[in-house]
Amino acid sequence: MIVERPRDLRVKKILAHGFMLIFLALILFPFFMVLSISFREGNFSVGSIIPQNPTLEHWYLAFGLDYTRADGTVVEPPYPVMLWMWNSIKIGLIAGLGVLAIATISAYAFSRIRIKGKGAMLDGLFLIQMFPTTLALVAIYAIFDALGEVSPILGLNSHTALVLIYLAGVTLHIWTIKGYFDSIDTALDKAAAIDGATPWQTFRYIFLPLAVPIMSVVFVLAFIGFINDYPIASVLIRSEDKMTLAVGSRLYLNEFQYLWGDFAAAAVLSGLPITVVFLIAQRYLVSGLSDGAVKG
Amino acid sequence: MTTTPDTPVIEGSPIPRLIIVGAVTIALLFAAFFLYQIAQPIFGVIMLALATGFAIIFGANRYYGARFIFPGVSAVLIFIAFPVVYTIYIGFTNYSSFNLLTYDRTVEVLTSRGSVDPDTEQPFAVARDGDQFRIWLPESGLLSDPVALDGDAEATLLPADDPADLLERRDAIQLRAGLQALTLTTPDGTIIQNASLRTFGTVTPDYVQTGPDTLTRFDGAVLTANHETGFFVDENGDQVPPGWRVGIGWDNFERIFTSEGIRGPMVSIFIWTFVFAIASVVLTFALGLTLAVILQWPHLRFKAVYRILLILPYAVPAFISILVFKGLFNQNFGEINLILEALFGVRPSWFTDGNLARVMVLIVNTWLGYPYMMLLAMGFLQAVPEDHKKAAALEGASAVRVFFTITLPQIIPPFLPLLIASFAFNFNNMVLIFLLTRGLPDIPGTVIPAGETDILASFTYRLAFDNAGQQFGLAGAITLLIFLVVAAISYANFVAMRRAAQKRSGRVSA
Repeated sequence: MIVERPRDLRVKKILAHGFMLIFLALILFPFFMVLSISFREGNFSVGSIIPQNPTLEHWYLAFGLDYTRADGTVVEPPYPVMLWMWNSIKIGLIAGLGVLAIATISAYAFSRIRIKGKGAMLDGLFLIQMFPTTLALVAIYAIFDALGEVSPILGLNSHTALVLIYLAGVTLHIWTIKGYFDSIDTALDKAAAIDGATPWQTFRYIFLPLAVPIMSVVFVLAFIGFINDYPIASVLIRSEDKMTLAVGSRLYLNEFQYLWGDFAAAAVLSGLPITVVFLIAQRYLVSGLSDGAVKG
Repeated sequence: MTTTPDTPVIEGSPIPRLIIVGAVTIALLFAAFFLYQIAQPIFGVIMLALATGFAIIFGANRYYGARFIFPGVSAVLIFIAFPVVYTIYIGFTNYSSFNLLTYDRTVEVLTSRGSVDPDTEQPFAVARDGDQFRIWLPESGLLSDPVALDGDAEATLLPADDPADLLERRDAIQLRAGLQALTLTTPDGTIIQNASLRTFGTVTPDYVQTGPDTLTRFDGAVLTANHETGFFVDENGDQVPPGWRVGIGWDNFERIFTSEGIRGPMVSIFIWTFVFAIASVVLTFALGLTLAVILQWPHLRFKAVYRILLILPYAVPAFISILVFKGLFNQNFGEINLILEALFGVRPSWFTDGNLARVMVLIVNTWLGYPYMMLLAMGFLQAVPEDHKKAAALEGASAVRVFFTITLPQIIPPFLPLLIASFAFNFNNMVLIFLLTRGLPDIPGTVIPAGETDILASFTYRLAFDNAGQQFGLAGAITLLIFLVVAAISYANFVAMRRAAQKRSGRVSA
């Protein structure tokens, strides 16, 4: 380990790179496949991995455009992918901002303001957070079924209902931001208090500007989490025009209509932006993950 | 940490704030009352509690500090804690597609049913008369008095000529609500009502409410409400659907533990859920750690490129990659079988063979999960002091030995809470199962839908939301069993985290 013979080292290097390359080829195989399928004719595999007669048909359909084949037949898009994408982004943005606001304010209070029973509340939040909303789907369905009778805006098949239930996913984010606030020197808020700032003003003018980096991480995390949610959205959303991407994508591959090629193009189109956002954010995200987990 | 005392803080005049708080409180109270009125008292009480909490915390200056956490805590209580409790409650009821409604709604549905006398049934048309309408019955040549069609109304019919201004069928259908509330009397005294979209006729109600808990059927039979089963029953004890929701005590649990058709698959699903969750954690952890160790090797070049390519599976939205795998593994058109057949001449039936399906689920989940473990492991590996490893190497320990005796013991404790969390996540990893296999292939000989790859969470989802009778009650009961497991995991994680935190602070102060 400390003194290595050059030849051994070289063999090791070749082995390591060889392993990495083979492993990567296996791991990345689905990505190449999907890309290739999205340019392939038809919706069934034809026996070759590289498309022989590449076509943009699936891509036209994914963008919601009609496609005219060489023989003159016009193919219409099977599903409104762009609309689903817009629904997902809209819900993700609104719920993400909501979660960010609630989590930041709560985290500030949990970190700095003296509230009775705070420790118990924090422990409670941590324990509750382990119960995924997915498990209470039956109750969530019943709740929004009833709320729908108060106002259809709050009922089933409504985006507002989805945003409302997503707002409950703040617990983990409260912990993350609280960890960040805990690391800020208390001298800052003492100084602010001496100058006569109320706790709200301390939060608004001192903590909020300081928290921008962690807030952007939390926002991206929350946003991606909401876009990826399948169970809750699938229970609450019923009609095709209200669906999010996660719920709608499943329609492509059912037993009665197997649109493998159309799905591939739609998957690349919708997956790419989210993947890029994630890759940009992941650097911060990882440090948050491992720190947040150990900071009590 | 806590430096700011919660002294009351006065910011200008409190009047505008109190007005807003009052308005919001009234809106919430109204919603609470409405929920109570539509026979949802539990939700009404929750809403009332929310309104009260809001009014107190934002109205009184004493609770200045609590205002900051009120939105977060109430969101968590209402949308996580309450649904958990409510799911448990549903587990003790017979809520299902057979017992879907409340009692009042059931009575309403039954009494609104009627039989149409075929002799009097005849088509109708609607004629416009200024702001009002007349009903025209072409077969008997009768025309009604003008009616507004905006609520309960009665009108008499008189012989007349064809009216000129008849509405289109489409427009007439839009007046349906008004038509249904209309009672017409023919010249010979017969009373007729809207019987279908196109006809009027004499309608005799099938059921008339004759007592607080009794209905009388058109044939004279008396039905009594059975509040234990949630059905109206006639003298022979036959149930008349639809039923309503009632508490049935431990019946659902009894079914789970005694019915052979439920208990058999439940046990197998329970075991598979644990196997799946443990195997997922072990596989992703082992693979992730191996890759992290290789990436950490100082002599390796192109680390940044490898790293970014290796985390790609984590970056792509899971619902997309799972569906991609579903397509790739497809038995007939899938590219994986295409390649396997070309290379080895085999065509494994990934979706119809239970064991192969389970293997596939684990392969896909390992693909999805290893980058997360790799990223975490890379972080923790950096924290292992280099001189420990060097010392061991000087003593003549091989690289493998150094790893297992020095590195691994140092990274396991901080890793433990994350491994437990990963276990909990996979224990409820419904998205994977649902999008990949939907729990299929089915376990033969069951009375409820249960599949070989179903985990408990996907199993309950299918019970409740697939077209198998929407057995919310039974699903709720099974969810309670899952909750018990999750609570145990949750507590274990809590303890592990506390320990890790203590160790860390202990090390810092030492």
